[in-house]
Amino acid sequence: MQLRAGGSGVHGGSARALSPFTRTLLALGIAVAPALAGVLPEDRADVMWHLYKGGDITIQGPSVLVRKKVGDNLSLSANYYEDMISSASIDVKLSASPYHEIRRQESVAADYLHGKSTYSAGFITSKEPDYKANTEYFAVSQDMFGDLTTLTLGYRRGWDRVYRDIKAPQGFIENDPTFHERADHRGYSLSLAQILTRNAILGFNYELLTDQGYLANPYRQIRFLSPGQGAGFALAGQVYPTTRTSSSASLQLKYYLPYRAALTGQYRFFHDTWGITARTAEVDYTHPVRKHLIFDGSFRYYHQGPADFYSDLFPRANYQNFMARDRELAAFNSYTVGAGASWLFAMPFAPALGKNSINLRVDHLMIDYSDFRNALLAGTYGAGNEPLYKLNANIFQVFFSIWF
Amino acid sequence: MRVAVRLASRMLLAALPLALLAGCAAPTPWVKPYEREHFADPIMSFNRDPVSSVYLDHVFESREGARGATGSVGGGCGCN
Repeated sequence: MQLRAGGSGVHGGSARALSPFTRTLLALGIAVAPALAGVLPEDRADVMWHLYKGGDITIQGPSVLVRKKVGDNLSLSANYYEDMISSASIDVKLSASPYHEIRRQESVAADYLHGKSTYSAGFITSKEPDYKANTEYFAVSQDMFGDLTTLTLGYRRGWDRVYRDIKAPQGFIENDPTFHERADHRGYSLSLAQILTRNAILGFNYELLTDQGYLANPYRQIRFLSPGQGAGFALAGQVYPTTRTSSSASLQLKYYLPYRAALTGQYRFFHDTWGITARTAEVDYTHPVRKHLIFDGSFRYYHQGPADFYSDLFPRANYQNFMARDRELAAFNSYTVGAGASWLFAMPFAPALGKNSINLRVDHLMIDYSDFRNALLAGTYGAGNEPLYKLNANIFQVFFSIWF
Repeated sequence: MRVAVRLASRMLLAALPLALLAGCAAPTPWVKPYEREHFADPIMSFNRDPVSSVYLDHVFESREGARGATGSVGGGCGCN
């Protein structure tokens, strides 16, 4: 939720971050493509608490995921996920005020196994004070070539409603009655899992996503040079295109090491019609110790070029037809170092629950922006000469898993 | 000599369709089912803990311009 002073055109509340169109793809995801089809996932329940802290934003909440077979061919799953957000980010400080809000997301899914094929369908709904989204998806997986190859085709469709919150004269927060937008999304995916050798498996994913509708963030603003005024710049609303199409392709190679450990390498290439090109590379290492402990370590590198219509500081108002200053559209490099540990144990008084685990994971995220400056320091350095912004964040996950 | 060459050419021409048909046949699995025990080990799963990997995908997509090809489906949200 973000606030806007009623009728004044000036932010009176918070600023969120990115655009609804990007918002549209986020959140929880349900794994559609199992690495190997022809086998339904295990019955399992996970209860997680997650915490993100960085850039003067704290986001935490629970996630509960339950999966259960019904008969031999059907597996059902459900997830409840919650984000409790407390934000005083740099965007908020520039043009709004700190805010708190809760986003709740529920999803259900079904996987039906028929021979060497698995048919999947699911529905996800997300609600927050100023954004409501529904997504449905379908996928079919087929084992081929002696079960060495699994091919998965997927389709998804999303409908979002975008609102803008304002502070009413009475002091409470409400949706701006003059602002109600929509955004539609479609996605097409192809996944392939291929056993290469008795120790190596390759994964390939391709996804085409299209968006249409209101894709801007109704709270964030651009800034443009305005000599002699305040810190030397002024703010104005963002103008986004109303369509976007993106393509992304990824490769994953996983190798079983001789002493029972796993090494994974991943690479993803992304490009869209807004001019953003991004590359992601990641290495993961998994090392079990005896029967009851599993340790994980990972390093992720992400590089992104800017959108064609992004600028940290435009030369003047109405400089071009599309203008944005969302830092998610800026150029930056991102590094994430992560470590995790899982302890597997048997429940003392419930032998039917043969396998359980307690899991802890910590990730440290560092983002170095190449063309997003700390505009809060414009008074000291002058507009356009402020230091580049850097984000450091810690991400914690604690979850308990039961197989039943 | 010329007859031998002609005969060899005809044999090659006759074998060509068979070779093409052989290309359409399903390949023999080069990793036998009994050689796949490592893939049953949870550490070889692409997605060992879905509740965790989906959350991390969500964290990254909220802060980056790139999206998709992660093997999971995301719902809509205003998460940045």
